[in-house]
Order: sequence, then structure tokens, then C-alpha cells
Amino acid sequence: MHILVCGGTGCQSSQSDAILSNLRDEIEAKGLSDKVQVILTGCFGFCEKGPIVKIIPDNTFYTQVKPEDAQIIVEEHIIKGRKVDRLLYRNPETKDAVGDSKHMGFFKKQLRIVLRNCGFIDPENIDEYIARDGYMALGKVISEMTPQQVIQEIKDSGQRGRGGAGFPTGLKWEIASKNKSDEKYVVCNADEGDPGAFMDRSVLEGDPHSVLEAMAICGYAIGASQGLIYIRAEYPLAIHRLKIAIDQAREYGLLGNNIFGSDFSFDIKLRYGAGAFVCGEETALIHSMEGLRGEPTIKPPFPAESGFKGKPTNVNNVETLAAIPIIILKGANWYNKIGTEKSKGTKVFALAGKINNVGLIEVPMGTTLREIIFEIGGGIRDGKKFKAVQTGGPSGGCLMEKHLDTPIDFDNLVAAGSMMGSGGMIVMDEDNCMVSVAKFFLEFTVEESCGKCAPCRIGNKRLYELLNQITEGKGSMEDLDRLRNMSVVIKDSALCGLGQTSPNPVLSTLDNFMDEYVAHVKDKKCPAGKCKNLMEYYIIPENCVGCTACARVCPVNAIAGERKEVHQINHDVCIKCGACKDKCKFDAIIIR
Amino acid sequence: MSNIKIEIRQEDVSKIKEICASYNRDPQELINILHACQEHFGYLPAEVQEVISAETGIPVAKIYGVVTFYSFFSMTPKGKHPISICMGTACYVRGAERVLEEFKKELKLQVGQTTPDGKFSLSSLRCVGACGLAPVVLIGDKTYGRVAPDDVKKILKEYE
Repeated sequence: MHILVCGGTGCQSSQSDAILSNLRDEIEAKGLSDKVQVILTGCFGFCEKGPIVKIIPDNTFYTQVKPEDAQIIVEEHIIKGRKVDRLLYRNPETKDAVGDSKHMGFFKKQLRIVLRNCGFIDPENIDEYIARDGYMALGKVISEMTPQQVIQEIKDSGQRGRGGAGFPTGLKWEIASKNKSDEKYVVCNADEGDPGAFMDRSVLEGDPHSVLEAMAICGYAIGASQGLIYIRAEYPLAIHRLKIAIDQAREYGLLGNNIFGSDFSFDIKLRYGAGAFVCGEETALIHSMEGLRGEPTIKPPFPAESGFKGKPTNVNNVETLAAIPIIILKGANWYNKIGTEKSKGTKVFALAGKINNVGLIEVPMGTTLREIIFEIGGGIRDGKKFKAVQTGGPSGGCLMEKHLDTPIDFDNLVAAGSMMGSGGMIVMDEDNCMVSVAKFFLEFTVEESCGKCAPCRIGNKRLYELLNQITEGKGSMEDLDRLRNMSVVIKDSALCGLGQTSPNPVLSTLDNFMDEYVAHVKDKKCPAGKCKNLMEYYIIPENCVGCTACARVCPVNAIAGERKEVHQINHDVCIKCGACKDKCKFDAIIIR
Repeated sequence: MSNIKIEIRQEDVSKIKEICASYNRDPQELINILHACQEHFGYLPAEVQEVISAETGIPVAKIYGVVTFYSFFSMTPKGKHPISICMGTACYVRGAERVLEEFKKELKLQVGQTTPDGKFSLSSLRCVGACGLAPVVLIGDKTYGRVAPDDVKKILKEYE
């Protein structure tokens, strides 16, 4: 029997380390150490209900486990064979306990290829990866395939890069392989910058060897002997596990000189990012690895011709790489049957925001937004109404109700006015103001623009200022036209991917939520009640019972009224912090 | 440059030299060198950058350009308990802005500042990836999940 404890960042923040050590102590105390193994794994994806403990082989899925629950899990489940009912996941509608993960709505529609080992193996033990056919693909390419065959296999699989742009992986490798040079580089882009996307981190924390193996395969295919992983310094756990994985792979002879006794040599080094979103762009990333400011340069030349140290360099994203070993093992014809016509395979999404099941999911391309949000995601929190879903991070757009049945793939999302991006998916409900959301993303872009080209440096700042005016009730209808025109100009003229996509949140909200912009501009109202300057708090006399709770919580003493009598808000004093509304148990305070 | 002038001790100079040497004084390793120095000193004052410049041969202006380009590097010392509020999208839509406002109000600080007694510093960061716990606040190495504006006073009390 195995007890798996989630060791992802989310669960570790809620004491999964203590759960692990308590379980180990408990197992040892009961003399079960030879029968039951307690393992720290990578992320299960169901972060909403963490920390997670899973029992194998019966797939029991315990949620929100506390360190002190270790005893009951061992005594009841492990020894007596009875599931601990109160820790089981409950179906949010029926409130029934769900006995195993196979019957949970969250997992039913998923197909886990990239995440195949996450939450299943101990990421700090190479033997567990090898037991799951790890490094077999590397063995296969070195002993049975020519570099051209490897590239052909990846081309046939139809895989497209998961970093955002969706460029075909096989083609990228082919270009890098054809450029002759004494040295070439394989770079793994682990500078996951989209706020709200954490799939790369989970793969690196949960299955680091899959990325190392894929980089070596790529090295063999394009003729490189040096790999570099550019990883965010903000991901200490992923860095820690990568270092362990690299050491173990070297020890086993799976990295280093003459791998599998062949004349192919390959080794991997880590390079750290330092918090710059633009470094996700490959030319900027390469400059950052060279110790420079992470500013992009004009392509061509593409990195495949002249990249790191001026040598041909192939840059792939973590999620792209993690699928490579299994494509090699199961074949291109297995992979290209999954997904849609032009987008093959699966995609990992980080589901977050106002949704019941926040977490990391993997679905075949072509799954609809509705299936993801309402079946896997369990619908909107607190019974609120769905309003929008933001995909593609700061470069993406906001989609609405009418897009819910669109099958998701690279091209459909672009056609709908958004993009795949790295796979962040933020769900919003009726309480989110779409103008403020656009402003939020522009604020991000303004902060992260490297400043090299004027359209991005100046244009985005102007967009932000216009949006800010609108949320303050100072916008005009002409401003809306100005927003649109400027967005188009920035898209057409910016130097790199950051600037070329940064107006997307503005354009997509203008397209899909024009009425909300008009309400801000013409009626000077924020329909969602988020924009401070456009709202006022009122007490509904019929609902107010005079409990004084609001008056006590008000930080500026703007609420007056005798006990058991209707209270009033003094609008000259009110700072619109909303504390009273949160405190009121009688729904007596509204925003107008 | 930073208006903070510090006296740099001889042993600190040796430490920086040691760090640079461990990266072969290779200008391409500048970012790794800066990471190591920041880990040691807590921040990267101009004086530290000058020593790195002398060691690696990179002009100090270039080093300053790199330090100020990346948000991870700081030229001002952080507080004893650095507070970071996640302003990633997931935390934002779940109300991180109001949590940040509350911290600003309680500590009378703006983002990027440190309290005069050096106890707390306030910063916002982009996504720690614990979106299931949104909104998230980090104080030192400790993570606080599902933070409501009302919790802020209670959290700060832990550090009194």
C-alpha cells in the first residue's frame, strides 16, 4: 500500500510537510513500515481542497487533511480498512462523500499526459520515474533512431509549443538541426510569468525528470550537447527538485558523457530568472541568460540560427518538453489522434478565480470551456452567475457566455478574440468589473514593459491612463474609440510578443462587454459595483434591524443610528471600503 | 542611484570577491552573481555593485541597469519581516487589492517601503502559484491563504 501526500507549493503552504512526517511516525509506531510506504509526490491538481492525501491502490482521495488526522487515517483506513468519511471529498451538489478519485467530477473528464506522473511518483527519486518507463524514450532514440527520425516523429505528432504562440515543435527542431555549428544549445523556458498560471511549476516540482529526458532527446535530435533551464527565482521548490534530479541523472549516467554507452553527450545547467515577465519571450530570455537586461531583439535572426552566445539555440516551454518522452514511446500516431485537427494532444490549464474547484487540469484539445468550468471546475462559487473567463494571461482576452461551447484549441481561441497563452484560465462572476479587469492587465503590462520600443512603453501607458479615467467616471465616448484605435496601432507596431498582445484584454472587453464601458462613461455607473468613484453605499431601511454591526466596523465612523433603529451612511465621510457591507448579516447594505 | 550610503566592510568585500570567483568572474554569470550577493546581503547597494564591477570588468552602469531591470533585485534593504501580497490574477479577482490596502493602512506604508524601525517591508508580487489559497500573503517564508481584509490586524499581531 502507498500513502501519497501532495508536496506541491499550494499544499506545502498548508502544512503538508507535517502531515507527511506524522504519517511516517504513525506507520512506524504501528510497525507497518515494510507494508506501507508514505511518499511525498508532486501536485494532484486539486489545489482548492488541499492538502491532499491519496491512498493507493484503492484511490481514496482525502481532502483538507490536517497533521493531526494522520493517526485516524492509519488506524481506521490502513489497519481496519475503513475509509475516514469526514475527510472524503463531497459532491458539492448532493453532499455525498465520494470514495475514490475516479468518481470525482474534477478528474472524470481529464486526460493526463503531461501530468502523468504528477501526484503519482516521488519527484526526488529517479527510480520511481524509471519505474514509470522514465528514460526509456531517451534510450530508444539513442539506440534505434537517427536524429532525423526523431524530428520526423515529433513533426508527425503535430505537437505545437505550449508556451503561447503554438509554433510546431518538430519544425522548430528541424530548423535548429539544419543550422550547422560547433555548438548548439537546448533551452527550457521555465520562466512562467503569466499571473495565475502554474502548470510549469507543477511539472517541475512533480516530474522534473520528464523535462530533463526531453531536453536530452532534443539535444540528440538537433545536435546539441548543452542544455540550460531558465527558471524563475520565485520557484524555490522547483529549483530544489531540479537540482536533485540533475544530480541523480548524472549519477545514473543519463546525463553527462557518452549516454547509454553511445557517443552522444549531454548535460544540463540551471540559469535563474529575476522577475521580468518579458523574459518569457525567447530573445529576451537568451539575453537574460547572458547576464544582460532581458530586452527582446528583432526576429530574424531567430534563436534557431543565432541564439545563446550567437549559436543555434532551440527554446521550448516546460509543458511542451514534458510530453516529448511519451510521444516517442507511444508514437506520433497515438498522440495525433488526441485533440482537434490543428491542435493535437492535451493542454494543461490552471483553473482559478471565482470557481469551485481551483486547480491544475489537463484535457484533450477540443474540450469546451463549459465542460472545463462547469463539469471539471464545479461551476461558480457561492452560486453566483458566470460572467467571463480570461484565458491567455495578460496577452489574452476575456470570453463570455456565448463562447462557452467553443471547442478550445489554438485557432478557435484566437478567432474568439483571446489566445491559448500558457494556459491560465481565470473565471469571473457578476461581481467583477470588466473595465477594471482590463485596467488590471494593462497595469501589469505597463510595469513589465521593458521600455525598448515606443508603442509598448508609451502606448500601453496611455491605454492604462484612459482605462483609469473611465473607472473614475471621467471617460467619454470618444475615449472608447481612442482605446480601440490605439490598441490596434500597438498590436501592429510593437517589437515583441509582449507588446503585440498586450492590448488584447482591452480589445476583447470592448468587443464583449461594450455595455459595461458605456455604463461607466455615459451613466457614470459601475454595474459590478467595483469602481469606487462610481458607487455609493446605501442602507435599505426595510432590511436594517439596527444591530450596529456596520457602525462598529466602519473605519471612519460614517455610519450613524441608534440601536434597533435604521442606520444611515454619511456619504461625505464614507471612504467606500465596503467593510459595512461585508459585516451586515441582513443584506441591508447595497451599492448604487 | 540609491541615496543610502553604507560602509562596506573588508570581510564583505572578500565575500563578494569569493562569489565572483565561484562564477569564474564571467560577465555572462552576472545574474547568478547578483542572486548570490543579494542572498548574502539581503539587498544590492551601490557599493556591492561597484565591487562586482571591479571583479568582472562589467561597467557599474551596466550592472545598475541589470539590477534595476529585474524586479527580484532590490537596492533598498527589506524589513525583518518582508510582507509580500500576491497580486496575480487569481488573487486579484478574489480581492487581493483590498488586502493590500489594509496592509498599507495598518503599517502606514506604500508598496516598496520599509517601516522606520526596519521591522516590516511591503511589496506586491505576481503569482506565487498557490491560486487555490487566493488571496495569498507571504511574510518571510510563511504563507497565509484566503486572507480577508479583516485578518490583517490579527496576522500583524503575530509579529509583535
